[in-house]
Amino acid sequence: MNFIYPEYEIVRNHEKCTNCGICKKECANEAHGFMESASKMTCDDAKCVNCHRCSVLCPTKAIKIIKSGNTYKENTNWSNKTINEIQRQAESGGVLLSGMGNPENYPVYFDKILLNASQVTNPSIDPLREPMESKVHLGARPKKIERDTDGKIKSNLKPQMFLSMPVMFSAMSYGSISYNAHESLARAATELGVMYNTGEGGLHENFYKYGKNTIVQVASGRFGVHPTYLNSGSAIEIKMGQGGKPGIGGHLPGTKIVGDISATRMIPEGTDAISPAPHHDIYSIEDLCQLIYSLKEVTNYTKPVIVKIAAVHNVAAIASGIARSGADIIALDGFRGGTGAAPTRIRDNVGLPIELALACVDDRLRDEGIRNNVSIIAGGSIRSSADVVKAIALGADCVYIGSAALIALGCHLCRTCHAGNCNWGIATQIPELTKRLNPEVGYKRLVNLMTAWRNEIKEMMGGMGINAIESLKGNRLMLRGVGMNEKELEILGIKHAGE
Amino acid sequence: MPIPSASPEYTGEDDLMLKEGQIRITSGCAVSGIISKSGKRMSGEDIIKSIAVMHDRSNGLGGGFAAYGIYPQYSDYYAFHVFYDSPSAKKECEDFIERHFDIINLSKIPTRKIKEVTDEPLIWRYFVTPLPTKLAASQLDEREFTAKCVFRVNTSITGAYVFSSGKNMGVFKAVGFPEDVGRFYRLEEYYGWCFTAHGRYPTNTPGWWGGAHPFALLDYSVVHNGEISSYDANRRTIEMFGYKCTLRTDTEVITYIIDYLHRKQGLTFDEIAAVIAAPFWKTIEGMPQKSRETHEYLRIMFAEQLITGPFSILVGFDGGLMALNDRLKLRSMVVGEKDDMVYIASEEAAIRIIEPQLEKIWAPKGGQPVIIRVEGGNQQ
Amino acid sequence: MVISAAQLGFRELNEKIKSTSEDACINDCYGQRFIACGASDKTITINGTPGNALGAYLDGALVQVNGNAQDAVGDTMNGGKIVIHGNVGDALGYSMRGGEIYVKGDAGYRTGIHMKQYKEIKPVIVIGGSVGSFLGEYLAGGIIIVLGLGAEDIPMGHFTGTGMHGGRIYIRTNAEVDSLLAENLLVTQVIAEEATPEELTEIESYISEFAALFGMGEAKLANDRFLLLRPNTNNPYKQLYTKI
Repeated sequence: MNFIYPEYEIVRNHEKCTNCGICKKECANEAHGFMESASKMTCDDAKCVNCHRCSVLCPTKAIKIIKSGNTYKENTNWSNKTINEIQRQAESGGVLLSGMGNPENYPVYFDKILLNASQVTNPSIDPLREPMESKVHLGARPKKIERDTDGKIKSNLKPQMFLSMPVMFSAMSYGSISYNAHESLARAATELGVMYNTGEGGLHENFYKYGKNTIVQVASGRFGVHPTYLNSGSAIEIKMGQGGKPGIGGHLPGTKIVGDISATRMIPEGTDAISPAPHHDIYSIEDLCQLIYSLKEVTNYTKPVIVKIAAVHNVAAIASGIARSGADIIALDGFRGGTGAAPTRIRDNVGLPIELALACVDDRLRDEGIRNNVSIIAGGSIRSSADVVKAIALGADCVYIGSAALIALGCHLCRTCHAGNCNWGIATQIPELTKRLNPEVGYKRLVNLMTAWRNEIKEMMGGMGINAIESLKGNRLMLRGVGMNEKELEILGIKHAGE
Repeated sequence: MPIPSASPEYTGEDDLMLKEGQIRITSGCAVSGIISKSGKRMSGEDIIKSIAVMHDRSNGLGGGFAAYGIYPQYSDYYAFHVFYDSPSAKKECEDFIERHFDIINLSKIPTRKIKEVTDEPLIWRYFVTPLPTKLAASQLDEREFTAKCVFRVNTSITGAYVFSSGKNMGVFKAVGFPEDVGRFYRLEEYYGWCFTAHGRYPTNTPGWWGGAHPFALLDYSVVHNGEISSYDANRRTIEMFGYKCTLRTDTEVITYIIDYLHRKQGLTFDEIAAVIAAPFWKTIEGMPQKSRETHEYLRIMFAEQLITGPFSILVGFDGGLMALNDRLKLRSMVVGEKDDMVYIASEEAAIRIIEPQLEKIWAPKGGQPVIIRVEGGNQQ
Repeated sequence: MVISAAQLGFRELNEKIKSTSEDACINDCYGQRFIACGASDKTITINGTPGNALGAYLDGALVQVNGNAQDAVGDTMNGGKIVIHGNVGDALGYSMRGGEIYVKGDAGYRTGIHMKQYKEIKPVIVIGGSVGSFLGEYLAGGIIIVLGLGAEDIPMGHFTGTGMHGGRIYIRTNAEVDSLLAENLLVTQVIAEEATPEELTEIESYISEFAALFGMGEAKLANDRFLLLRPNTNNPYKQLYTKI
């Protein structure tokens, strides 16, 4: 017996409803039905995941999903959610699973930071009419210049990656998201002059042509990793951890290992794709160094190597070790970062906010004089262009977005990715569902989103009198905190508003 | 006149306004420079005249001069100009200098009592050379050793501030209008082949003597007009290379960037200009291959030394003078030439007052350096 | 091409190897890493002790070591063959997806973790001696054979095949499954049974190859008892999670 009352209620306005049946057709969770006898549409709230597919597509807007008013007796300690989770575990004995990022009520520091603008003593710059540079380069830089015998400066730079703007699409594997979602990301990255990231699922043969705008990922399961793959992108990312589930591995259930996914991951259909929690060839920092250099060897030192880590308590020391181990770029993933599936307790209780992690890593690398050894990518819930600007002013070279890109593709954050029935055709491999995401439309929506953000970034930079993104990087004087305590301000390295 | 302690967190006493180093103070300004390409030495009279014309660009809260070639008799020695709050600070600082350097001459810097300049600190000058044993033990070259000692004094001895530390050059600065500061320091009695001057217009401070311009380290001196918007990006990066921005002024960070790029990285002044006022990526893309590669390299390698926001600067060094505007040319700057003399100022009138019969006068484009080298100087 | 590795850093040594299309013989090798990394088309013979990650991402080349090898040999190997005339360290053949590795002596901890196979591409590891614990952890495909030659005891360590969800492990031993389970050498996720003669035909050719490579008779092995380890499900962790 199920002790749980549904969290959401499907409210249908029968006066507006024409019984067209679209809601029923669109809901892979089978929350909608049709009662022949009464000639009317019905619904089962228990099956609804609140993804809004039906309400958005309903031609007469006869449907809305609301939070159920049926609630337990008020209790600030035992919330509805907590009680329901206990019921579910008592019923199944299972570990709770969740999709997308941590939704819990922790502080969002980006929302407590305000940006500066120029007044009088120096001019703001009008980005519509004056040059405003958002081009970014990522990669390691040597300590000293070198000259040839004629005195000309020799290029002793390590391989660099160039982006038209400081935003990239973060790792989401083919398998966790659909072919069409990947195609949308790859095409958008190509048109925008930025990068998307394969995630740990290999690279579909049709997408090798987007290699110039691709970061290929190497994670602990090494799915689809071989020399051709490693040489096909513009950079290689070693995934050590993920903000949405620090310290644990991944698990794509066998039900999703079908067709092309099986081919791309190079494992048989129907077997689980398990990514171990650690890389079993990396148990220490010197082992990471070994993997970094083995990847450089196999790509003849032509690709920057990114090491992605989840933001955890001693992230600064870890990042410092990575910066001394041959990595060209460090990607920091904050605890609000998205995931296709993670144990709920891990997602909601482990890790650090990206704002603090970024600030303390940037500080530490500068204190040790090694900030130029690496570039820093910040991810883990970058929600808007303002977050991008704040992250860069805190010290990032660039950011990763995942959830925001999926929302642009249609995701409504129902956070049920792990079920595999994504009605928006993103986090699913069911052909009837994946075809709902038209890559032609999807890639344009991503290009639109990024174009809008780029213009907003330029507006904010111009307001600060800055016309090159490198002059924003680490420029913390452009930031002020509101409603933060001394310690938080100290870690972020910013002053309080009014100071 | 209290001098800020080393700690930027220092909040000062309640009845005092925060000063440079405790708070970032922005200011507008006037700059002027005169240089003889043949190395002919002239008196400080003209530079005072020139900067005085731009009186309205300052507000009396800071003025100063850098003069090159003024100490030929001591040209092999570093000339330290030091402000002291108190005799005890002087004692402590002199003990430190004595432990690290051979002092071959020391004296009060001669000044003239004028009503426009008041509250002066103790102002002393030392001609020094590093003690060979200390220098050898440090494993540093002579200039790095000296620079490190200057940082030591300025960050750890409360009430002592070395504001000039080059060879055969000196900085003279104070709170006041620049023409008054010139008279105060009897600048007309000094003879040099290059002078720069600065009149300051800070927005929110009574001004502190050490916070006036020029800012100098070793023989590099900078006067600057504008307020840069890249400040904290520049500061946090240069501090990574061992510099300490105790004043939190634009001029300070620009001086350190120039010292880093020239002395530590070995860039030429043309290359330095291509870093701090880098051409736009679009411009670089349109360059012929060779210069494109160099510019690309410089922009990537020294991305955090790009300075954005308005500035016009005059950089004095032992081989000459560089004038540079920001790449959008948000501040004014005019260059005039006559015979072997080159004049640079925020306003043309400041040049005409000392040389009405110019052969040539022009305004350099944004980001394009004007580098004047003096015969017999460092040609790098 | 004969290369003396003495005085060479790994980068210089590997550049020399990559710069030629000839076979390479490396002498005086002391710890240079990443030898034959990604190599696809030649024979590389090493006299000495190669460093870690020997033959990582190997893509078709033949690598022979006259001596012992260290950790992470054949890491993420894609194809080709590695032959070690001695022992190897930990994490041999991690995430290997193709090719064959033959080790005359013993292998360390975590051999063949997360090997996987796809269609006709099937990785194989043959260990002449004993292996350390966690053999074939997360095994997703391919074959691991442990011959236990010269082993005084059971030629395997603890927790063999943990998380195994594909592939097969053959261990030449007379030990009983129950005692292996009782001693935690085996885990319950794995189905362990004596291999039938039909099943053993699958590994015949690899044993012959092993015998040929290291010059020993194969007849005596063919009649011996092998335990065959298989996963008991393709989806070992399905039951761990709640539904939606």
